[in-house]
Amino acid sequence: MSFATTAFLVLKKDFTIEVKSGEILYTTLFFAVSCVLIFAIAFVREGQPVEGAGAGILWIAVLFAGNLALGRTFERERYGETVRALLLTPAPRAAIYVGKLLGIVALLVAAECLLVPMVAFLFDAPLFARPLLLAAILGLGTVGFASVGTLFAAMLVRSRTRDVMLPILLYPITVPVIIAGVLGTSALLQSPADEPVALLWIWLLVSFDVVFVTLALWTFEPLMTE
Amino acid sequence: MPSLDHARDGPELADGSTMLTVDRERIEGAEGPMGVTPSLDFDSVRLVEVSRHFGRRRAVSRVSIEARRGDLLGLLGPNGAGKSTLIGVLATLVQPTSGEVRYGGHFARELGPPLRRQIGLLAHELHLYTELSARQNLTFFSKMYGLDPRSTVEPALERAGLADRADDDVAGFSRGMRQRLALERALLHTPRLVLFDEPFTGLDDNAVGLVSARLRRLAADGAIVVLATHDLDLAEGLVTRVAVVQS
Repeated sequence: MSFATTAFLVLKKDFTIEVKSGEILYTTLFFAVSCVLIFAIAFVREGQPVEGAGAGILWIAVLFAGNLALGRTFERERYGETVRALLLTPAPRAAIYVGKLLGIVALLVAAECLLVPMVAFLFDAPLFARPLLLAAILGLGTVGFASVGTLFAAMLVRSRTRDVMLPILLYPITVPVIIAGVLGTSALLQSPADEPVALLWIWLLVSFDVVFVTLALWTFEPLMTE
Repeated sequence: MPSLDHARDGPELADGSTMLTVDRERIEGAEGPMGVTPSLDFDSVRLVEVSRHFGRRRAVSRVSIEARRGDLLGLLGPNGAGKSTLIGVLATLVQPTSGEVRYGGHFARELGPPLRRQIGLLAHELHLYTELSARQNLTFFSKMYGLDPRSTVEPALERAGLADRADDDVAGFSRGMRQRLALERALLHTPRLVLFDEPFTGLDDNAVGLVSARLRRLAADGAIVVLATHDLDLAEGLVTRVAVVQS
């Protein structure tokens, strides 16, 4: 079976389960929205938000929601040990990783579709001034974060301390992606938008994504063998 | 049919952690195709001096065992003796710390996907998505094995006795129904090596009878069947060869 077919099957299976249960989508969205609302209560005074806070708050909400989604997605594979059933199939194991990664990315993109207008409204942030550049920064940052997160969440699926270990491992390693995402978004929020700086961060995000995804594809199979 | 009288105490290992003895009696008349021409085939599976440590804890130590086509090998022993670890090693999901695993003339590490295509595993955890229906579970795994769901799913549902509940979510099934479905899921691709880890847990007498009959049929059809269980009563009269794993 081809790599792409396997990845699609895993993605479709996760999507079907999510359509039936809605569990991860709704909890992730609720958590992300709550996060932004709490920041709005803290950082908006008399209708005036703290200047330049929008980019950081957007990314914090995305990353926290991502951590929650990663944990829940693999909790589903732990129940019934279905992760072992997946690994036992003759399908390419790296394709199973890609299928799970695409599911996480889709979930986070859905969260971002809700978060961006919220942050733009509550923090008076001109996020829609350069929509393509913003989409590139968010998309690439999400892929970089999710690629490492999916690998670690899969690795920790049988660990009793997975809920503690996942953020401890994930956030330090994805610091380059987080910095590039926040600074790239900040450059777009300036008036006028600093496009050259934003493009620089986009290229750095592309580099990080290539490195992280390549490493994850390379290490997934040996790391998943007990 | 050989019984548990074939179980014997083996020599105690130097570290005293695991003792295992295999009766090498071979049953006759167990040759026969499995229905699907496999891309890789083997007539026997052999563990040679296999050890597996988890940190400082020894799960199994220097285990040697062999099973051939038509065998229904019982891995018997108390909880925590290392039976599940051995099943995991045979399934290629657990890497031995030392020793080697041979499938026919091949080493496990040489094979990868073609070998996994020939292994079926039914563990205590049933490897089913409870949010999906019986049909969706079988269809998904059928496709993951590169099979045509149109020719595999309906017969599997019939064998599991779940044709009339095919579109119900597994979450609403009883333990026995889940076990029957899990059994068919594990056997969808007609594997050469079939591994069962405590398959009778939570089953009533009727379901135990059905699973036992299926095990016998698999062995008679030429599969290598390995059954790990702590329940000597259930294993007696079912297995054709015995390996005793002791803590």
